[in-house]
Amino acid sequence: MSTTFRFTINGKARSVQTDAERPLLEVLREDLGLTGVKYGCGEGQCRACTVLLDGKPVTSCLTPVSAAAGKKVVTIEGLAAGDRLHALQQAFVDEGAMQCGYCVPGMILTAAALLERNPRPTETQIIDAMNGNLCRCCGYPRILAAVRRAAQGGENA
Amino acid sequence: MPDEMEGFEPERYELREPPVHEFALSRREFVEVAGAGLLISVSGVTAWAQRGRGRETSTSGTLESRLHIAEDGMVTLLTGKVEVGQGSRTELAMAAAEEMRLPLERVRVVMADTDLTPNDGASSGSRTTPSTVPAVRSAAAAARELLLEAASRQWQMERGRIEVRDGAAIDPGSNRRFGYPELARSAELAAAFKQALPAGAAVTPVKEWRVLGTPHYRLDGRDIVTGAHRFPSDIQRNEMLYGSVLRPPSYGATLVAADLSAAKKMPGVTAVREGSFVGCAAPTSFAARKAVAAIAATAQWETREHPSSERLFTYLKERAVKEGGDTRRPRVQRKGSVEEGLAQSTRRLRAVYQVPYIQHAPMEPRGAVAEWEGGRLTVWTGTQNPLNARGQLAQAFHLAPEKVRVIVPDTGGAFGGKHTGECAIEAARLAREAGRPVSLRWTRAEEFMWAYFRPAGLFEVEAGLDAEGLITAWDFTNYNAGTAGMETPYRIPHTRTRFLYSDSPLREGSYRGIAATANHFARECCMDELAGAAGKDPLEFRLANLDNARLKDVLLEAAKRFRWQERRKQRRPGMGLGLACGTEKGSYVAACVEVEANRGKGYLRVREISMAFECGAILNPANLRAQVEGAIIQGLGGALTEEIEFENGKLNNGSFAKYPVPRFRDVPPMEIALVNRPDLPPVGAGETPIVVVAPAIANAVFDATGVRARSMPVRVKASTS
Repeated sequence: MSTTFRFTINGKARSVQTDAERPLLEVLREDLGLTGVKYGCGEGQCRACTVLLDGKPVTSCLTPVSAAAGKKVVTIEGLAAGDRLHALQQAFVDEGAMQCGYCVPGMILTAAALLERNPRPTETQIIDAMNGNLCRCCGYPRILAAVRRAAQGGENA
Repeated sequence: MPDEMEGFEPERYELREPPVHEFALSRREFVEVAGAGLLISVSGVTAWAQRGRGRETSTSGTLESRLHIAEDGMVTLLTGKVEVGQGSRTELAMAAAEEMRLPLERVRVVMADTDLTPNDGASSGSRTTPSTVPAVRSAAAAARELLLEAASRQWQMERGRIEVRDGAAIDPGSNRRFGYPELARSAELAAAFKQALPAGAAVTPVKEWRVLGTPHYRLDGRDIVTGAHRFPSDIQRNEMLYGSVLRPPSYGATLVAADLSAAKKMPGVTAVREGSFVGCAAPTSFAARKAVAAIAATAQWETREHPSSERLFTYLKERAVKEGGDTRRPRVQRKGSVEEGLAQSTRRLRAVYQVPYIQHAPMEPRGAVAEWEGGRLTVWTGTQNPLNARGQLAQAFHLAPEKVRVIVPDTGGAFGGKHTGECAIEAARLAREAGRPVSLRWTRAEEFMWAYFRPAGLFEVEAGLDAEGLITAWDFTNYNAGTAGMETPYRIPHTRTRFLYSDSPLREGSYRGIAATANHFARECCMDELAGAAGKDPLEFRLANLDNARLKDVLLEAAKRFRWQERRKQRRPGMGLGLACGTEKGSYVAACVEVEANRGKGYLRVREISMAFECGAILNPANLRAQVEGAIIQGLGGALTEEIEFENGKLNNGSFAKYPVPRFRDVPPMEIALVNRPDLPPVGAGETPIVVVAPAIANAVFDATGVRARSMPVRVKASTS
């Protein structure tokens, strides 16, 4: 049963006609080609699928597309300003905070939401905010270093 | 030397299983494969026999099979290796840049495309560094020689007076340059590149390295952070459909009946059943799942009994193959006489250790996109062994291997868990039925249940000590875990080391370090028990029983960083210190840990870990450190929480909610000493650091609680009896 849903995705008005129960994750990937959003577990346990919904990080695998209607969605593809990387993206590059890199979009968006509401988080606050995001390469030390670097305005922590 | 050496296979769990499905040929396809009029049957065995063998890099072939130099001077390096996060892309680019005297950004690497890249074997067993890096360096050095040769001829100048640097041959007198772009435009190059790889071009000595030996991060980092990189499950093709596959409800269940009619009536859905394979393709994953769910509701299965993890170790011992055919006979290595060694001992010790199945759970589950065009099949899939996957696809679809192209986009993790091509076979079957490209990505639940597991193992060890605290005898029996890292590195006059195959209830395969983790767990825990029996400090005891200088070096380095001796004297209640060391795949590792443990509360936390690791000359210190950090933290999972539980043919904990893996909060303070040995050839580093994590923790738990932990994962709890 198809319904039309309208939302703002990465700053642009978009609409899709689809089944209301489909996960936002799959609509973004399959209908809109935004494959930077990753499937990891389908149960909200790994947060590889994190997107920002009205600025808040959500697990798009558990969010039905209907719940995003009328809202602003930001995916990893929408974070950079043109060619200029977001401070977190730059920090992940500068700290080499990736091994396979599959978890990185979710990590960056989770951290972006954290820094948006708390630009100078403590180490514990960073860990608490990021603990839901899994990295099976276990590159956690570098990811923490990258978030710290971005929080300190690009300086190496 | 042992007197009855029968070398262990380095890894017996390199999967050698046939493809999960083998599909029938239509008459039309038969004609395409076999040629019109031929009525001999087309056997898949031929294709299967041509699958990629071993892990070694081919050193034969031509220069053009390895390198391409464009007229703008960009160099393309071709390799059959894959990038799954271990850093091979960057490392191989560095190797080429070093030898060609090029800036790193002028080297592009095309990886793992069976139509384009040479056979470098599977990406496993830490073989890229010791095997492929030298092959790339030789080829790149040969290209540099061609540049030098061409410049020498052009300038009528002795080669010895010409320098090669910054991507060009340079005449230091006049500063004139002859670069790779000029070389690329010469007819000589084209001719030379078609010759067999010239031997003997000297590679750069370690002390002259400018690119190798320096830290470099992932070359395509920008594509990763912007989401631009397409992992295998991100590949999108025109008119592509999404797939879903019907899975049995339990291990060993066979499909008796299924009604596909409801699924086939759904809009845009293609449903197919062939043999045990049932799957659907649809315009969205959601629609494909709904279609499969409709079939599942009608499916009848015949289930069969399946052992439970509860009695796994009894089962493995009961089913151990004591005698057998060529491939499953026990693997035994003897030195001296264990009986004699035990007779000489003043103290004996016996212990049993257990290691459960665990799952790799890479962030990206198995994924594949398959596309048929004119009798040719192309798949993009995440596999560590593209040639093996190609062989499996060729066999499943009765194709000549050259009709199958396997491309491996840089993949979202593997850890030894992606040596096969089953997802690609499923996607290809759906794509053939639908007549359109199909993307299939396994769900997390499928990845947990139907991917293969790291083998479980049971260990029985008996050892003897003399009055001086030296080990006189070592009798080590391993049921099912595998042979990697099984031989003791200690100086022991009488040893017997046995590996017995068993009937594994679960599908087994490789894993980071595979059996070396289990073998080190049993050995290094037992070494600690022996140290206790001898009344010695665990460090002193190991050193007294060890000759291997490289192993001693890392042990002493880890202990020094950790301040082992001082801290052993400052005992604190509830806290314990432990250490372990080992060697595997030519590298050496030792770790010291501190744990906090409380048996009453069942509380266990790793408070600190110090590791020293040595793998010869370090090629990329930044990547090496990342690999060691990752191995330690991933190892904490197997050491502390990971254990597959199964019952009635089903997993009890096949999800991230029920199968805890390490998270940010679980990372202890770590000190890592990378011991550089520029005098030794580099060997692989992604696996070995993991092997000492669990035994060091188990030994620290004993130190804290006085109770031995002999099973992985290590748990502390008060005995209820």
